[in-house]
Amino acid sequence: MSQTPKSRVVSAVLTKDLRIEARSRVVTNQVLPFAGLIMIMFAFALDNDDVLQRVAGGLIWLATIFSLFVIVQRSFAIDTSDSALDSLRVAGIDLSAVFLGKAIALTLQLIALDVVLIAAAFLLYQVHVSAGGLVLLVTCVICATTGLGFVGTLYGGLTAGTTGRETLLPLLLLPVVAPVLIAATRATEAAFGSGGAATSEGWAWVGLLTIFAAVFGIGGSLAFGPLIDE
Amino acid sequence: MSQSTQKFSSTGTQASRVIGVLAIVVMAWVVISGLVFTPADVVQGESVRIMYVHVPSAWIAYLAFIVTAIASSFYIFAKRHSLGFDRVAGASAEVGVMFMAITLITGSLWGRLTWGEFWQWDPRLTTTTFLFVTYIGYLAVRRLDGSIEQRARRSGVIALLAVLEIPLVHFSVVFWRSLHQRATILDPNGDVKMDGLMLFTLFSGVVAFTLVFAWLVLHRQRTMLLSDLSNERGLDNAILARQNESVSN
Repeated sequence: MSQTPKSRVVSAVLTKDLRIEARSRVVTNQVLPFAGLIMIMFAFALDNDDVLQRVAGGLIWLATIFSLFVIVQRSFAIDTSDSALDSLRVAGIDLSAVFLGKAIALTLQLIALDVVLIAAAFLLYQVHVSAGGLVLLVTCVICATTGLGFVGTLYGGLTAGTTGRETLLPLLLLPVVAPVLIAATRATEAAFGSGGAATSEGWAWVGLLTIFAAVFGIGGSLAFGPLIDE
Repeated sequence: MSQSTQKFSSTGTQASRVIGVLAIVVMAWVVISGLVFTPADVVQGESVRIMYVHVPSAWIAYLAFIVTAIASSFYIFAKRHSLGFDRVAGASAEVGVMFMAITLITGSLWGRLTWGEFWQWDPRLTTTTFLFVTYIGYLAVRRLDGSIEQRARRSGVIALLAVLEIPLVHFSVVFWRSLHQRATILDPNGDVKMDGLMLFTLFSGVVAFTLVFAWLVLHRQRTMLLSDLSNERGLDNAILARQNESVSN
């Protein structure tokens, strides 16, 4: 029996995850309002227009990372509740393809979330962006969400189906995503020109985000199978 | 008592007893020399004595995590997945977390005396803290429900991922900012700027802490073995006990 081509598995898993989201609308009805609320609550806590403008980049990425936990946990809760992951394993499917499919689906959801969060920052925090800054911002969002998609899927797979995963996932993920938080925040601040930062300063951080995504993309593809192969 | 139970009734061996005695002797020397014989520093005064605990504990913390990563890779990549490697990895991580806590506490105290602050957002300090939290996560993964093999595989992968993660955290924080005192002993130019007795006491501290580390890991991995055996045999023993009850009735 020939094995299903990897690209077909990636596409099937990706479509499945996006279809679940399109039908359940959890990201749009629950995660987006949650992330928007975080942005509003930060405004209450900091209560200063200048400070908000200065720290807008960091707040966008903190809200993204908090939302990441919710999306990852939900995605794997669906997969483990009906033993869907077990079925995929029994079917002899390449688990690295499952990892890539889930990671891409997660990345696309995070990109959609970030578009809304950046729009909220324009409205609520009065940030501005130049044409050059916009290119930097778009590249930063793609690279950072790709890294978060890989690492979120990897650690989501690790904690899937275990008791106490709600508290364990943030404990494991937060130290790992620290480089993404630092680099994406600095790149976004450069794009917004926060605190007089030049746009050119942001590209080195985008380089770090790319390395992060590459490392966890390769590491995740290799490790995902052994992690969920019980 | 059966022979196999007798074999595991103690976690000590001749070798571990020798290591234990050596650790006590060298540690006693470090305490006496560090507190009495060595002079105070010209700039830092008496506070420099914290160095005799801080530097060796930091060294052991990093050594422990290297041992964890190597033992985990042996478990994962070796053809015969020996659980002995997993237990060494787990024991080393537990001891490493303890020494990393000592490093952070003594570092904060030293920082308060020399920098005037308990905490500074300096790359080495921040990376060490992330390492500390990462390995607390690693220990939490080891306590997840599942079989011993599942525990070994999950924690092994986490240990190897931490090897990828830590350089990324470090470089991102180095880009972010820097303040920590530059390495004094491992100076890139090879110039060691320290009083002879101070240097000897510091190296004695490193030796003493390494011996303590080895002693703790040896005993801890053996208690882990006993715990694993107890879990494995628990059900068998319970069934046997019930069978014996029914026979005697």
